[in-house]
Amino acid sequence: MRVTVATAAIALAAATLGPAGAASADVLADVKERGVLRVGVKADYRPYGFLNAEGEIVGIEPDLAQDVADDLGVELEMIPVVSSNRMQFLEQGRIDLMIATMTDTEERRKVVRIVDPNYYSSGTNVLARKQVGLKEWSDLEGAPVCGIQGAFYNRKTEEEFGAEIVAFTGTAEALTALEQNRCVAFVYDDAFIVSRLGEAAYADFEMPLDTIDDAPWGLAVALGEDAFADYMSEAIKGWHGSGRILALEDEYGVPHTPFSVKMHETYRTGG
Amino acid sequence: MDWLADAARSLNEATGITLTYLYDGYDGGRFLEGIVNTVLLSLACLSASLVIGVVGAFARGAKSAAVRWLVGGYTELFRNTPPLVQMYFLFFGVGALLPTVQNRWGFEEPMLGAWAWAIISLSFFAGAFNVEIFRSGIEAVPRATVEAAESLGYTRLQIYLHVVLPLAFRVCLPALNNNLVNLVKTTTLAYAIAVPELLYMSNQIWSDSLNVPEMMVTLLLLYVGLVGVLVWAMHRWEQAMRIPGFGRSAA
Repeated sequence: MRVTVATAAIALAAATLGPAGAASADVLADVKERGVLRVGVKADYRPYGFLNAEGEIVGIEPDLAQDVADDLGVELEMIPVVSSNRMQFLEQGRIDLMIATMTDTEERRKVVRIVDPNYYSSGTNVLARKQVGLKEWSDLEGAPVCGIQGAFYNRKTEEEFGAEIVAFTGTAEALTALEQNRCVAFVYDDAFIVSRLGEAAYADFEMPLDTIDDAPWGLAVALGEDAFADYMSEAIKGWHGSGRILALEDEYGVPHTPFSVKMHETYRTGG
Repeated sequence: MDWLADAARSLNEATGITLTYLYDGYDGGRFLEGIVNTVLLSLACLSASLVIGVVGAFARGAKSAAVRWLVGGYTELFRNTPPLVQMYFLFFGVGALLPTVQNRWGFEEPMLGAWAWAIISLSFFAGAFNVEIFRSGIEAVPRATVEAAESLGYTRLQIYLHVVLPLAFRVCLPALNNNLVNLVKTTTLAYAIAVPELLYMSNQIWSDSLNVPEMMVTLLLLYVGLVGVLVWAMHRWEQAMRIPGFGRSAA
């Protein structure tokens, strides 16, 4: 008889709560029950998330995702996302966590729960041949500089530094134009430039300027997942404090960014 | 024009409609530059494609089989491939194989830039259609008219220039109109190789100001206007060239 009452109570509760009950469920509990953590990562952004020769997704962010899964004691399932769909994947519950090179902005914080503190950061710099000998941004005055259409720093590079932006639709076209010397430099995200400089084809190139517009990256969970956000917040502090981010930069051949060094200092002394 | 800037600013405050090109000096400057560049690009391609059409149609009737084959090959190649692919192919592919020149920074740069390749590829694209359009006009000129000119001692070139082409032109003007309108619209593809025309500049403005719908409406209206001017001019031309009793079915 007890069983019947209990079953009826659960059925009633489920009927009353309906979908709302599902939405407010704790994703941490779901993940543990499922035994699988689904993380959205980039698969086209070396070295932060890319495909290796075996077709597996590897990189700094996949390694961080693995850390989270290991700590939770569950399996990791990585789901490749791109910039235009990553927040939707999280909103629709197709992933539990997103670590996908996303810049932290106010607008995005309205759509997904970006976890504090930020885990990484990148800014704007240029890729240019070493022979050009660029020293400062003002050296770009009057020079044709390749860029990507729609990038927010194109205007700044033109207005403040007097460069002539030649913007293409994608990075492949812009890099080809740079190699053909159709432009003196390529202005883009410093994290992307650093990753390219690691390739043999760019041995004659350098990233000579001071990074500007440094903007933090945020990893995110779905809105309302406070428990998971708190959990991830502690995890990020741990990565900074233990030097995990710096170690990953070393492992993937990325020079230590000022941001990672500063965060390491902050959380080492703080924790 | 200050009143216009003020009006656009108040519109933005009142409704959130962002027409930055009316009150932001930088946006206004590049938007205007985009319009001017689109007009220049269109004029250059219109003229070049007409020349290609006239010469190509003449060469199609050449005695030499090699010349006829060459023109036929060109028409098929450029008519049967997408214009964006042609532009990428010419700019990144063929462009890199051409001789280089030393630029201001001491580097070897391909001799033809984005502007040159945009004009070449768009003119070749529209020119291929123009060849066929002119050919259709030429074929509509009665054989007897050509024979009459021949009996008067005209050479083949003289017949083409003074007899066939003037008549053919009048026959094929409606089809030519269509193709030239298409050409003006196709100039937007030049944004892909970074020619700062209207779409390219608008893209940069809407990326900076996040006013995509406003810029889309603006672009649409501007192209309606630009093409409208062309269509109006072509109609005036058609009227002016009309020969009473020719090219119209008896009514």
